[in-house]
Amino acid sequence: MIPELGHFALILALVLSLVQAVVPLVGAQRNSMALMAVGRPAAQGQFFFIVFSYVCLTWAFIQSDFSVQLAASNSHSATPIMYKITGVWGNHEGSLLLWAMSLSLWTVAVTVFSRHLPDAFLARVLGVLGMVSAGFISFTLVTSNPFERLLPAVAEGRDLNPLLQDPGMIIHPPLLYMGYVGFSVAFAFAIAALMSGRLDAAWARWSRPWTTIAWVFLTAGIAVGSGWAYYELGWGGWWFWDPVENASFMPWLLGTALIHSLAVTEKRGAFRSWTVLLAIGAFSLSLLGTFLVRSGVITSVHAFATDPKRGLYILALLVIVIGASLLLYAMRASKLTGGGSFAFVSRETALLGNNVLLTVASASVLLGTLYPLFLDALNLGKISVGPPYFEAVFVPLMTPVVVLMMFGPFLRWKDDDLVAAVRKVAPAFVASVLIGFGSAWAVDHVTWRTVLGLTLAAWVVLASVQLLAGRFKERAGASVGARLRSITAAWWGMWLAHLGVGVFIIGVTMVGSLDQHLDVKMKEGQHAELAGYTFVFRGAVDADGPNYDAARGIIELRRGERLLDTLTPEKRVYRAQGMPMTEASLDIGVFRDVYVSLGEQLADGAWIVSLYYKPFISWIWLGCVLMGLGGVFAAADRRYRRLAAREAAAAGQRVAASA
Amino acid sequence: MPADAPLARLRRAALTVAAAACCVLGAAASAATAPADPALAPTVAVNPALEADTMELAHKLRCLVCQNQSIAESNAPLALDLRDQVREQLAAGKSKDEVVDYLVERYGDFVLYEPPFKAVTVLLWLGPAALLFGGAAWLAFRLRRRREEVAAEQHLSDADRARARALLDGAAGAEQPESPESRS
Amino acid sequence: MKAKFLVPLLLFFGLVGFLAFGLTLDPREVPSPLIDKPAPQFSLARLDQPAQSFSLKEMQGQVWMLNVWASWCVACRQEHPLLVQMAKQKIVPVVGLNYKEVRGDGAINARGMALEAETAMAIERARRWLTDHGDPYVLSVLDIDGRVGIDFGVYGVPETFLIDQNGRIRYKHIGPITPEALKDVLIPKIEELRRAS
Repeated sequence: MIPELGHFALILALVLSLVQAVVPLVGAQRNSMALMAVGRPAAQGQFFFIVFSYVCLTWAFIQSDFSVQLAASNSHSATPIMYKITGVWGNHEGSLLLWAMSLSLWTVAVTVFSRHLPDAFLARVLGVLGMVSAGFISFTLVTSNPFERLLPAVAEGRDLNPLLQDPGMIIHPPLLYMGYVGFSVAFAFAIAALMSGRLDAAWARWSRPWTTIAWVFLTAGIAVGSGWAYYELGWGGWWFWDPVENASFMPWLLGTALIHSLAVTEKRGAFRSWTVLLAIGAFSLSLLGTFLVRSGVITSVHAFATDPKRGLYILALLVIVIGASLLLYAMRASKLTGGGSFAFVSRETALLGNNVLLTVASASVLLGTLYPLFLDALNLGKISVGPPYFEAVFVPLMTPVVVLMMFGPFLRWKDDDLVAAVRKVAPAFVASVLIGFGSAWAVDHVTWRTVLGLTLAAWVVLASVQLLAGRFKERAGASVGARLRSITAAWWGMWLAHLGVGVFIIGVTMVGSLDQHLDVKMKEGQHAELAGYTFVFRGAVDADGPNYDAARGIIELRRGERLLDTLTPEKRVYRAQGMPMTEASLDIGVFRDVYVSLGEQLADGAWIVSLYYKPFISWIWLGCVLMGLGGVFAAADRRYRRLAAREAAAAGQRVAASA
Repeated sequence: MPADAPLARLRRAALTVAAAACCVLGAAASAATAPADPALAPTVAVNPALEADTMELAHKLRCLVCQNQSIAESNAPLALDLRDQVREQLAAGKSKDEVVDYLVERYGDFVLYEPPFKAVTVLLWLGPAALLFGGAAWLAFRLRRRREEVAAEQHLSDADRARARALLDGAAGAEQPESPESRS
Repeated sequence: MKAKFLVPLLLFFGLVGFLAFGLTLDPREVPSPLIDKPAPQFSLARLDQPAQSFSLKEMQGQVWMLNVWASWCVACRQEHPLLVQMAKQKIVPVVGLNYKEVRGDGAINARGMALEAETAMAIERARRWLTDHGDPYVLSVLDIDGRVGIDFGVYGVPETFLIDQNGRIRYKHIGPITPEALKDVLIPKIEELRRAS
């Protein structure tokens, strides 16, 4: 009964999404307040029914109702409750419902936080979001009904894929989806602005916080996914350039470009058609990612079980959503010239340059990801494009991005003097090159990649310090507190995020250059040495869990005589699927992780143990945290709230005047 | 001496690494010969240098039966077989290129994660550079056009220009807390 | 509407074309680079008479098929009746390449097993399977360690190679042979090769 209620609620949500898609748009066209006003309650009602539907599905999982096909294939009565709940999104149908739910959540957020927007504009935004929502809910209902019954019910479920039974599963998908789907708001704002022909600084200012928050979610989602892969896969890799990872990375790159482009459009009124195109592009790449994961056109470790019918449906959805928006763009973009003037040497140019580079990087990832498909479609053979290609292409493209990233903030808007600017940044740059070479030499790993990485990282850090010092000097004489207060949250956001890139580069470079690995056969009492650490094997014990059997190795991590940690890697076999899994054990430190995973037991009783030393690896995620934090600061800038309040007041006056 | 701190740390790191390298080599040497210390766990690889080469190459080779994993990451039977092949042939003195050729002859370019540069992959390898130059050219073109447009707008009255400047300066300073009046 | 603003739309439609076509393709099927090349030479023990070995020379002058199979291979069971039927109708001689009979079976831990013991076990298992399911093969050979399989670029069982009179591989079928694949692809190719001689 409850699954049927969930199904019914989803149908109601579809009806409301259609109402939301059509009525406000008609209202905006006819300038009818009554029709426009329908958008808000329709969006909120839709949210209610989707959440209700989602709860019903979760209920089936929690109750182990194996008469529901989805629960039978993705849950088990012995699965821990946490993974029963998260198992809902560990499959195609349930994750699609999560997609729809996060879209609905974003829409509701727009209805709540955008009271200051002009009615017609808000109506159009809601209409566009309603259309996307209708597309996805109907996709769920038509091709991927999560409430499908299995009659007769099976006695026991097949359990959630053991790889997914991990705390990472609890937060990674929701964060990632909030990010992916969050770009729909920037998209809807852009389309609404194109419809109304009002693409001005105000539009950019309205979109900015939404875009930034979506970007923060996406950054966090990708970072958590990468961290999860790092400890879960048992050998310490953290990025694989898998097509599905690329599918999340492409919108991230374009979203990063969009954030910067919006800044210019807001402040200087320039790049408007370009910004609109980026807003459409970022969301389009999110949709494309959805297509890639769910259609089966590419092979990936993350892909869901596929069905060509689903692929066709999403492709149709893609054609309608992206095709229509690009057509609208083609019709309206020619009107978007003008904006503030700026000279060749100016912050605008630096930002536009970075925009081009990020877009090229994103396009290159797309090219690499889809190239095998292109060749296959043209019957020119099958190839694989993997990490060696992406690394070869990506490093040269990202190097100028980092240089421009730290050069741009030293340039003035509008017009600057190149010589003066170069003079400003040169000392730090020269120092960075020296530090890069020096530290590569100090760690005895002078390769071009290490030198380049450390130079760039040093450049980011030094330039950040210089930037902050310069900002501080602006108000000479004022108290420290006053000086700090004079710096806006948006500026801190920029500063932190850029610094995060530097920290990230340090992590990537150090672990890429200096990590160490050793596989040993260990018997009780034996020890091994790696990177100055001693690993003492204290035997293996049984450590069965609720739905798996496991052996747990006890390994003391020592430095000299000092006991640092006791590591407990596990080798598990999940009973329902008979699938073996390694659970690595980590000693996490600021400057290095020590990572141990347990292999199989040999005939003579010894265990194969893999030992890894990963210097600075946590800096990769620390960098991501700083970037995300930067986004939070940027989005929280008082300016938006103050301007929103003023616009709301103005809107109130308009209403009062028209009444 | 805070200025020296990063270098000091790096020097420490260098020492650690050097020490570690000694340990690895030491462990390897003792494993290769008769283990002097019975409490020292033997390495899985009989020849750690060979193993490192094998795995480095294995990371660039695709496991054909897996969902996009290299034969280094996968434990599928075929991945293990191919890894053994790679190890055996490297041990027999073949170069990495020869081993790669051996696999490509049998499984095609599909096994290579780094696609070879040839007619059908020209666009793949040169595409990013082409996009970059295209983007740069477009950027240069736009910036020049923009300057011309701006030059054409120079017939504004002095009063207009002064007002525009005031507005623009207000916008340019938007990072600083601004009085509400500076925006309209 | 200026033409240049249509560029993104056109690019997008180009991409959609490829994606739509991609839906009809199987990304996991890898074509063999050995097509139209001489089949790799090998010499392996025969399943029926392990003391004797078999090599490609013995099939010289005929069009024949090499079918890769193993008793643990589930999909082989699916195509096997068709092979038996083909043998009855004498469509084409089929040589069986018994692939990693023991060590390929995930249920057996073959590590540390002596080669003689493994071979004996493989023979016993393979013979029993052919007795149970019928033996459609002219003969089968034992590829205990899968080396010959690698030479043929085998990555999944079953796979079937069509080899011509001169010992060249002319076609590779990946996965179980279906009646449709037999009728529409394999038989026409066999007839074409026979006519060509």
